[in-house]
Amino acid sequence: MSANGSGIGASVKRKEDTRFLTGRGRYTDDINLPGQLYGYILRSPVAHANIGGIDTSAAAAAPGVHAIFTGSDMEGVGGIPTGWLIHSKDGSPMVEPAHPALALGKVRYVGDCVAIVVAETREQAKEAANLVDVDYRDLPAVASIEAAEANGAAQVFDEAPGNVCYDWEVGDRAATDAAFENAAHVVSIDVVNNRLVPNAIEPRAAIANFDPATSEYTLYTTSQNPHLVRLLLGAFVLGLPEHKLRIVAPDVGGGFGSKIPHYAEEAILTWTAGRLGRPVKWTCERIDAFKSDTHGRDHISTAKLALDADGKFLGLHVTTKANLGAYLSTFATCVPTYLYGILFAGPYTTPAVYCEVKSFFTNTVPVDALRGAGRPEATYLLERLVDKAAHELGMDRVEIRRKNFVREFPYQTPVALQYDQGDYDATLDLALDASDWAGFEARRAESAARGKLRGIGISTFIEACGIAPSAVVGSLGARAGLYESGSVRVHPTGSVSVFTGTHSHGQGHETTFAQIVSDMLGVDFDAVDVVHGDSAKIPFGMGTYGSRSLAVGGTAIYLAVEKVIEKGRKIAAHLLEASVEDIEFENGSFTVAGTDRSKSLGEVALTAYVPHNYPEGLEPGLEETAFYDPLNFTFPAGTHVAEVEVDPETGEVEVVAVTGADDVGRIINPMIVDGQLHGGLAHGIGQALLEECLYQDDGQLQTGSYLDYTMPRAADLPSFSINHNTTLCTHNPLGVKGVGEVGSIGVPPAVINAVIDALRPLGVNDMAMPATSQRVWQAIQQAQG
Amino acid sequence: MPTVTMTVNGMERSGTVEGRTLLVEFLREHLGLTGTHVGCDTSQCGACVVHVNGTSVKSCTCLAAQADGAEVTTIEGLANGSDLHPMQEAFREHHGLQCGFCTPGMVMSAVDLASQNSDPSEHEVREWLEGNLCRCTGYHNIVKAVQAGARAMGGGS
Repeated sequence: MSANGSGIGASVKRKEDTRFLTGRGRYTDDINLPGQLYGYILRSPVAHANIGGIDTSAAAAAPGVHAIFTGSDMEGVGGIPTGWLIHSKDGSPMVEPAHPALALGKVRYVGDCVAIVVAETREQAKEAANLVDVDYRDLPAVASIEAAEANGAAQVFDEAPGNVCYDWEVGDRAATDAAFENAAHVVSIDVVNNRLVPNAIEPRAAIANFDPATSEYTLYTTSQNPHLVRLLLGAFVLGLPEHKLRIVAPDVGGGFGSKIPHYAEEAILTWTAGRLGRPVKWTCERIDAFKSDTHGRDHISTAKLALDADGKFLGLHVTTKANLGAYLSTFATCVPTYLYGILFAGPYTTPAVYCEVKSFFTNTVPVDALRGAGRPEATYLLERLVDKAAHELGMDRVEIRRKNFVREFPYQTPVALQYDQGDYDATLDLALDASDWAGFEARRAESAARGKLRGIGISTFIEACGIAPSAVVGSLGARAGLYESGSVRVHPTGSVSVFTGTHSHGQGHETTFAQIVSDMLGVDFDAVDVVHGDSAKIPFGMGTYGSRSLAVGGTAIYLAVEKVIEKGRKIAAHLLEASVEDIEFENGSFTVAGTDRSKSLGEVALTAYVPHNYPEGLEPGLEETAFYDPLNFTFPAGTHVAEVEVDPETGEVEVVAVTGADDVGRIINPMIVDGQLHGGLAHGIGQALLEECLYQDDGQLQTGSYLDYTMPRAADLPSFSINHNTTLCTHNPLGVKGVGEVGSIGVPPAVINAVIDALRPLGVNDMAMPATSQRVWQAIQQAQG
Repeated sequence: MPTVTMTVNGMERSGTVEGRTLLVEFLREHLGLTGTHVGCDTSQCGACVVHVNGTSVKSCTCLAAQADGAEVTTIEGLANGSDLHPMQEAFREHHGLQCGFCTPGMVMSAVDLASQNSDPSEHEVREWLEGNLCRCTGYHNIVKAVQAGARAMGGGS
C-alpha cells in the first residue's frame, strides 16, 4: 500500500461522492443543449398487430410540433443489431429477424416504438402524440414461453416457425446419459426463473445533436458502454463513420444490465437530430421504462442429477426454455447460452454435464442481461437441485456439497470452463461460522415458541466474470472483442489522468482505478483522476457488464502504468547517467540500484515534456495505452446463507439474516466491494421474495409501475454479514476477479432453500420465486389439505 | 399563466409556470437545479424529495403553484459552502451511495427524519425510508449513514 493510505487495499472514500451528494452529478437528463427540441416516443399499446395506417395530420398541426416520423420515414435505415450469433444443435444459425427502430407494418410488443413526435416542449410532444391515429389491426399474441410453443401458436415472426430462435446445447449428451444409467439415485426438479424488470432508478434518456459545421453527431445517452453503442449505431444502423459519431455516457444512474443494449430510441433520436438539424432530447418516463427497458431472466427448466450411493454427483442434465421477447436485444442470445449452460458444473466435480436451451420469441419486451445474466439462473437451478438431492437421499445439505467440491486447480469442467483457482471449503466454513449454522436449531425453537416457522438455506456457487478471451468468444459467435483499453497520461508536473473504456454507473471506478494508479506510480491519490464515458476522450472500450471492469479494465490500466514506468526508467537512466537495467522504480522514485541517486516521477515527467536533456531516439511525452484481452474468465466463488422466519398465519416471509462468504479475488477497496455485495444481495432477495414481471395472456403488462412491481425497500431487508476469503486469480497481474453480480447470483437459492426448510415440517417441499406471502400461504394451505 | 415566487435555498426565485407545472419541473427546468431527480411517475421512488417549509416533500407530487410563497430547500442548498452537511458527510463516510441518482432524495428524506429523531434505530430508519427506492446499495450502508448523520446533526450542527 502506498504511504498515504489510499493505495490497493484501503477503504478510500469515493472521489465521485461529493458531486453526487451536493446535487452536482451530471446525468443525461440534466444536460440541455441550445435550441433543443423534445422528442416523445409513441409506443404500441397492443402486443401484436398489423399497422393498417398512421395518420399524423392532427398531431402535426398541434401547437409546437416540428416533426413526426414513423417507420416508413426510417425505412432504409438499418435495423437494431444483436451481438451474438448462436448456432443450434444441428449447426444452423439462429433466426435473426429484422428489428426496425420504428415499427414497420407491424408491432410486436406493448412498448414497441411506433413514432417520434418532436416539439418545442416535452408537454407539447406528449400531447401531440395522443393525436397520432394508428390503425392497429390486432393479431393473436404469445406472451409467455408456454403460449409461444403451443400448437397453433401465433407467430411473432414468419421466419421463426414455432417461435423458436435457436435450440442450443453444450456438454456431452452421451456421457451424461451414461452417467444416469449407472446412477444409484436420480433426483429431478422443475424450476421457473421469474421474469424481472431491472429498474435502475435513473430512467433512460438521450440527447442527440448534429453539427453541420463538422458533420459530427453527438449522442448523450444512459449507457454502460458508449463505444459499443457507437459501434452498433454507427456501423450497423445509421452508417456513420466512427470519427463523426461521438457517444457520451455521463453520470449514469445505475444500469444492472439494462443499459448495455443499443436501444432503438438512440437510433431514432440521432437520426431525427440529423433530419431536423437541431438537438433532440428524450427522457423515458417510468411507465414507459417498464415496457421498453430490457427485462431479465424468464426461464422454465427441468433438470435431473445422477448420484452414486454415497451422494457423489455423476451427471447433470438440464433442459431449459428461455424467453427472448419480441426482438433480439444486444446480448439477448448469449445470456441463456454461453452465460448460462457453461455454469452448470458449479463448484462441483460432476464429471458429465449436458445442457440444452431452446429460446423463444414472444410478444413481450426484449429480454437481455440483468445483474448476473444467466449465472443467477444456472445457480438457482443447481442449488435448488442439490438441496433436493440432499433431502431425498437423507444427507446433510452441507455435507453433500462438501463431498462434491472441486479441490484441484486448474480444473477443467465438462462444460467448457477451466477454473484457475479457488477454495470452496474455505468460504463454506466461513459462512457456516459467520451464520452460526450450528446454532440454528435453537433459533428455530425460539421462533416456534412465538408461533413462527424458521428456516435456514445455503447456496455454494461459482460465477464466471470478465468474459474472454476474444478469439474464443468469437469462435462461439460473439460479434465483438471482449478486451479493454486503459490509458495513463502523466502530465508535465506529475499529476495523472487515467482513461478507461469501462463505464462507472455506481461501481466507483473513479476511486478504485485511481487507487491502483496512485499505488503503482507512488503519486498522491488526489493527483489521479479517472476519465470514462466519452468516445471522444477514450481510445476504445467495451464498457461495463459481467463484473468485468476491474479484471479486464483494471488490468489494462495496470499494463499501461507498467509501460509508463518502463519509459520513465529510460528517461531516468539518461538523467542519472546510468544503465536502464540499473534503474529501479519504487514509491514514485527512479533510483540507481544500490545508490541514493534518484529522480522523482515528477522530474521524469517534466523531462519527458521539456526534453532538452533527453535520451536519443526516445519520443517525448509520458502517456501510454494498453489493450488487455484476458486469457480466461475469472471465477469468483462463495457461500451464501439465508435465514428466514415465516408467519404461518399470513405466509409472510421475513429475511432475518443473510451471510455472504465470498472469494472475489484481490480487493482494491473493501468499502466499495462490500457495497457491491450488499446491492447484489438485495437484488437477489428481491428476485427470491418480491419481484415478478407478469403479462396477461394478451400481452398486456400487468406489472407496469412501482405500484404493481414490488421493488425491495429498506424495510424488506436486513443488514448483511459480509465475509471474505481470498484466492488470487492466476491470470491477471492484480489477482482480481469481480464482485458486481455476486449477490444476485448466490443468494436467491439460499433464500428459497431457507423458505422450504421453514415449511418442510408442514410437508411443503417446493417453492417458486418470488415466495410472496400469497404463494407461501397457499402452499401451507395445500400441504395441510 | 401564473407566476410563482418562492425562496429556494435562501434566494427568492420567481417564474411563470403552467398551472400543471410540478415543483420538480420548476426546480429542474426553470431554475436549473438538476440535483433533484425524477425516477418515477407514481410518487414511489423518492428521488425528487426536497424540503418545503422544513418538511420533506416529493416534488413530483406537488405543483409549483402549491409551493408559492414557501421556503424550499434542495440538495444544492444543504451544504454550507464547501462544508458538507453532516448528513451528506455521513453518506460519504459510510458509502451510502453508489450511482448517486436516488441520493439527493435519500439525503433530504434522512435530514427530515433526523430533525425529528436524533438517534433513530435501524428499524426506524428502514421504516422511514419506505418512500425512497435505491437499487444499488441494498440500503445496508444507507441505514448506517442515516443513523450516523442523525447523531451528528443532534450533536449540534
